[in-house]
Amino acid sequence: MSQFAQGSEAAVSAPTQHPRRARRKFNVMSIVGTTPMILTAVGVFVVCIIFSFIWSFTNSKLFPNFNFIGFDQYVRLWKSDRWNISVGNVFVFGICSLGANMVFGYLLAVFMDQRIQQEDLFRSIFLYPFAMSLVVTGLVWQWMFDPNLGIQSAVRQMGWTDFQFAPLTNQATAIYGVVLGGVWNGVGVTMAIMLAGLRGVDSEIWKAAKIDGIPAWRTYLFIVLPMMKGAILTAFILQCTGVVRVFDIVIAMTQGGPGIATQMPAIYVIQYITDRVNVGQGMAAASTMLLPVIAVIALQGLLQWRSKRKKEKAI
Amino acid sequence: MTSETMTAPKIGATGAVEPRGAKPKKLTIARVGVYAFLVIAALFFLMPLWVMIVTSLKGLPEIRLGHLFNLPAQVTFEPWLKAWDTACTGRDCNGLKPGFFNSLKITLLSVPVSIVVAMINGYALSFWKYKGSDLLFGILIFGAFVPYQVVIYPLIIGLSKVGLFATLPGIVIVHTIFGMPILTLLFRNFFASLPPELFKAARVDGAGFWQIFFQIMLPMSVPIAIVAVILQTTGIWNDFLFGTVFAGRENMPMTVQLNNIVTTTTGVREYNVNMAATILTAAVPLAVYFISGKWFVRGIAAGAVKG
Repeated sequence: MSQFAQGSEAAVSAPTQHPRRARRKFNVMSIVGTTPMILTAVGVFVVCIIFSFIWSFTNSKLFPNFNFIGFDQYVRLWKSDRWNISVGNVFVFGICSLGANMVFGYLLAVFMDQRIQQEDLFRSIFLYPFAMSLVVTGLVWQWMFDPNLGIQSAVRQMGWTDFQFAPLTNQATAIYGVVLGGVWNGVGVTMAIMLAGLRGVDSEIWKAAKIDGIPAWRTYLFIVLPMMKGAILTAFILQCTGVVRVFDIVIAMTQGGPGIATQMPAIYVIQYITDRVNVGQGMAAASTMLLPVIAVIALQGLLQWRSKRKKEKAI
Repeated sequence: MTSETMTAPKIGATGAVEPRGAKPKKLTIARVGVYAFLVIAALFFLMPLWVMIVTSLKGLPEIRLGHLFNLPAQVTFEPWLKAWDTACTGRDCNGLKPGFFNSLKITLLSVPVSIVVAMINGYALSFWKYKGSDLLFGILIFGAFVPYQVVIYPLIIGLSKVGLFATLPGIVIVHTIFGMPILTLLFRNFFASLPPELFKAARVDGAGFWQIFFQIMLPMSVPIAIVAVILQTTGIWNDFLFGTVFAGRENMPMTVQLNNIVTTTTGVREYNVNMAATILTAAVPLAVYFISGKWFVRGIAAGAVKG
């Protein structure tokens, strides 16, 4: 078996006169060509992360140093109101905006899938906010949420005089204002991915469901939806990376306020490495932000390893 | 009835691209409901754009009267001129103009650099694997999910050590680094989908790494490169975080300047100028979006697909 494999390999590489030498030479070019990738992968995504981690155990202030103080920065981090509120906020923001994004994204996709007129027009309208930056999104919604001149006042002027809609002025509701802006920006993308997923479902399924007399809405919810795992996962991952990074929209919309009501971990890190000149504390926060990513990757690795073992057992 | 029997065979023939699903009936209540939902949703999506435009064309006294959604009683282009030319950020009163040219510089340099780098990566990862190349790719994909904050500070230190922090080359490098995971994935998937015979034939003819790249792969990857250009142009133009941290005062991009104009106004808040500035900042990516149409969607979807 192994002899045969070797033989076939030799036959494939036969046309080149000196396979070994040629291969070595070209590998050099390949390494030269991918130097930027090597530098980025090792220099940024390994070395930089290691340095962040190391500095999180030091008392670095304006400049990084190596005076190790153990877990002090982490203790301080988790005692800080600002950080705890940030963590709470990113969960509220994440759950609300992911939920709203996926539900409305799928709903829009289903309605777009009804053989409607002007599909391209509707698609453009739902998707254009995504082309705009989150700073622009944040500033526009901040203006619309203005308590004195925004939507609230416009509706009151139309006659509904006790209409209340100015989420950003209230500590308890400000985060939902940010969620609304974020969903407005990103839901079109989810719709586009889900619509592509819907169109990829085998048309036989629809015929079978029709013959069985299952109403369309049930087909969409219980038959088609579970078949679109790929599209759902794609949209979900895309939104998830956005949630952990949430920064621009909050800066533009509320600057973390009112008070510290809409603080986010990403803002916390930037504040501590700039204005608050406490690099050690900032790095402790940054290293903590990496935890959920590592947890997800470890989980995925575990699942892959288990399914691989299952396959091996089956053989 | 007739429309139903006519559309039925078309569904099977055209496959996945054409609209499908529940079939259209005549104008039933359900149909009206579908359009009502879509129109209301469309109004929600268009509302901020409408408000931006009408606000930017009103004078300040008119804005203070409220009526957010009304058309301007008297159209004025003053706010647009002011936003572009004389609006203040702190002590400088040059409007958005410098930010626009900075963003233009940053985008025009970063887009080609990041795409060429990623294209070579994808090509090497598909045809010229070496020991450890797959591991490097794995780290790169991991990098796509890492929160930027984890690497920002060491990167600041590293760039200032080589004198590139807060410079134009510095911000170009930063955009190249953070665009690399998604773009490399995009190009690797594209090159991996090409028939391997293409590469083997060129190898038999004695062509080397760069020869095959420039003469065969580069011309073939034009469509995927267009997707990458769209993805990067909008992404880099819309960037805020890297602009604040890495660009420095001299190269401050438009998004950062816009935020400064709007949030650090002293005295009277000029809502009309702010909205005109906001539209000006959104104009370039919006133009890219409307010109590129379906390519834009393809870019997002391609970027989101996991390896």
